Amino acid sequence: MNLTKLPAKRRRLFTTDHRIIGIQYLILALVSVTIGTLLSLLMRIHLVWPDRIVPFHGPILPEDYLALVTIHGTIMLFFVLTTAPQSGFGNLILPAQIGARRMAFPVANALSFWLTALALLILLSSTFVPGGSAISGWTAYPPFSAVPSAGPGQGLGMDLWLASIAVFAIASTIGAINTLVTIIKFRCEGMTWERIPLTVWGWFTAALLSIIAFSVLLAALLLLFCDRHAGTSFFIPAGDLVSGTLHAATHPGNGSPLLWLHLFWFFGHPEVYIAILPGLGLTSMLLANFSHRRVFAYRTMIFTTLLIGFLGILLWGHHMFVAGLNPFAASAFSVSTMAIALPASAKVLSWLTTVWRSRPRYTTAMLFSLGFVSLFITGGLTGPILAQPILDEYLHNTFFVVAHFHLIMAMAAIFGLFAATYYWFPLMTAHSGRPGRLMSERLGRLHFWTTLVGAYATFLPMHLTGLMGEPRHYAQLIGVPNAAGHLLAGTLPLNRFITWSAIFLATSQLLFFANLIHTLLRGKTAPPNPWQATTLEWHPALHPNAPPEASEVQIAVYRQPCEYQSTAEGELILPQWSTDTISNIKPE
Amino acid sequence: MTSASIQSGLHALSLATWRLPFDASAHGPALDHHLLLNLWIILGLAALAHLILLIGLAARRRPESKSWRIEYLPLAALAILFAFLTLRAERLWADSRYTGPEPTALQVQVVGQQFAWYFRYPGTDYTFGVTKPELVDAPSGNPLGIDPADGHGADDIVTSELVLPANRQIDLRINSLDVIHGFSVPVMRLKQNAVPGMTIHIHFTPKVPGTYAILCTQVCGLGHYRMNANLRVLPPDQFAAWLAAKEKAVQP
Ligand SMILES: [Cu+2]
Ligand SMILES: [Cu+2]
Repeated sequence: MNLTKLPAKRRRLFTTDHRIIGIQYLILALVSVTIGTLLSLLMRIHLVWPDRIVPFHGPILPEDYLALVTIHGTIMLFFVLTTAPQSGFGNLILPAQIGARRMAFPVANALSFWLTALALLILLSSTFVPGGSAISGWTAYPPFSAVPSAGPGQGLGMDLWLASIAVFAIASTIGAINTLVTIIKFRCEGMTWERIPLTVWGWFTAALLSIIAFSVLLAALLLLFCDRHAGTSFFIPAGDLVSGTLHAATHPGNGSPLLWLHLFWFFGHPEVYIAILPGLGLTSMLLANFSHRRVFAYRTMIFTTLLIGFLGILLWGHHMFVAGLNPFAASAFSVSTMAIALPASAKVLSWLTTVWRSRPRYTTAMLFSLGFVSLFITGGLTGPILAQPILDEYLHNTFFVVAHFHLIMAMAAIFGLFAATYYWFPLMTAHSGRPGRLMSERLGRLHFWTTLVGAYATFLPMHLTGLMGEPRHYAQLIGVPNAAGHLLAGTLPLNRFITWSAIFLATSQLLFFANLIHTLLRGKTAPPNPWQATTLEWHPALHPNAPPEASEVQIAVYRQPCEYQSTAEGELILPQWSTDTISNIKPE
Repeated sequence: MTSASIQSGLHALSLATWRLPFDASAHGPALDHHLLLNLWIILGLAALAHLILLIGLAARRRPESKSWRIEYLPLAALAILFAFLTLRAERLWADSRYTGPEPTALQVQVVGQQFAWYFRYPGTDYTFGVTKPELVDAPSGNPLGIDPADGHGADDIVTSELVLPANRQIDLRINSLDVIHGFSVPVMRLKQNAVPGMTIHIHFTPKVPGTYAILCTQVCGLGHYRMNANLRVLPPDQFAAWLAAKEKAVQP
């Protein structure tokens, strides 16, 4: 297809311009996060008021609840947390940050986006097929996921889930290869590995993990698909009897459900780091930038990023302590999981040292970065608890785990995304001949504080209901028979509080949408380098609204990012692209 | 939001009303102690980190300092702390999972099926009979598919309630007929997935008589939230009477 012959409008939609693709990814993520959030609110409301009728739907049946859980988890993990930081901001900012003018493979880049959009469409379409969406959670453990008769949604809904994730895995792998090649081959003169911004190191490590993890996931998905439709039994044991049907005739082999758990979590755990690594890098850069400080222990930060990535692929077994894993293997995975606490702690120490007595500028982007640090600490510290098999034996699949990963993955990662949005909004809105716009700082600060309070009010109490024994994936807490009913009812008051907090947290996101609309309509025009940043995406010749002749300018780098000097007159910033100390900043 | 719901929320949030479920097992107190130690340590670390962050933000600006001590000393301290917790946890884990049950342990089979737990006692011959999935037929009273051709199965007792004696070690053999379930007894601090195609042993000793909840903690279908059973722990003499009555009932 010759793209130049398409009419202008279609050319823009099927563009190979990495910046527009980045925006497309972000819009896709914004749509996804909106859907995912609304689904989570339905779940929370149903959990504490199970008799409420949903308009246009009726009562939420147990299978509807599990479908909500499954789609919420899948959409958030794949289409928000993987897509927005890695593909969205990666496309928008990454090339400029290393002094490149484009991604390595523009057509593959566009292909990767449209495959992602297709994957989302397939996933959402599963709501409307007979039986509805899959109900086995985003982890899709077999034989539940391998045998269509195991429950509603496990027929066509499950096939669509598998198809969606398979397409997504292919798209992500293409995207990750693109990212890696761009970073390795397209760095400008002087951009040595030690001068690469930590954000780029985050994208780099996440891309490495993507290639390794998604290829294993894709293989696992194919095996599961064969179990469902080709009579194989990779994951179905001999003599499995589901809903009164013996599967020995159709699946004559003797497979192991644990094999899926190994393959799935070999992908599933690195996936967590794919989501958080770009945020880790960005936080380092923003804290330094707004504090006018060097990043403390820059080389260590590069090393810890890579180490987190490396250890990230060695510890999948901590999801399997009570799954039937050998107890000795559990001990080994426990140690490898504990080990990752050290590079993570080194990162926190670097952040604390960077901002220590720095009197930073409290822009909204800075506030969200500080929020990221806070959530990363509170969410991360429960990791070592869950890494101890004996404690996991009690806490596994309780809301303690839900609290842990929502604080760190959902909240910290989202705070990273908000920081990125407020920080890079001028670059997102600028195009040739038009300067970018700054989001409203006043609305932004209000958005930050309500979100921070909402996040903690929602997810901290979940630790308590988890310690009380509340399991995940329970459609309702009321009306359960036996002693279990008593145990579940005990968590209700706290669960009502959590639901109110979740409603508050979701509602406060309207401030973000208001800010977005307000800024797009009549936002303040941004100066070329509004935050006095030192990294290349703010280089005058790489700026989206630079004049056409800027494309001839040779880009070169002379130092690490985040270099500053204090003088009698004030602060000097030393941009990566400049030969000498310039850009005097007036003291605030 | 009604003020009543705010009040009940605040009430529920106050730590005074919150506690771990009752602990009725022999290994539980050590686990609880280790869990609470962990919780206090991370609470302390989180508070410390936030305190450092806030003080650092509030204090007057000073030029940056660069010392290897800031970088490595806290890291070394954390490494020692995490190693200490890991070792402690490993000892408890090894105590409960590395070794098999005592020869005198009471053997009970736990079987998960969408959406019920079944429990089987070997009966007077102390041997479980052979089961076959094609013989499973709950309506006619054979939910586990015990093979009548095998003599050991004739005296097996199948219940939908787990009844155990206090102060005797129990050896559970856990499996599933269909999909993965999660066998969980919060008061016994026990959790183990029931995986079809596998038989997994765990052992423990109940201490305190009472009636407790058994849950399913692995999403297993639309009835997942109501897949539960009661665990009834009895004093040894009452348990012996219960078992004798059950054995008598299944005498061929
Ligand atoms: Cu179950
Ligand atoms: Cu279940």
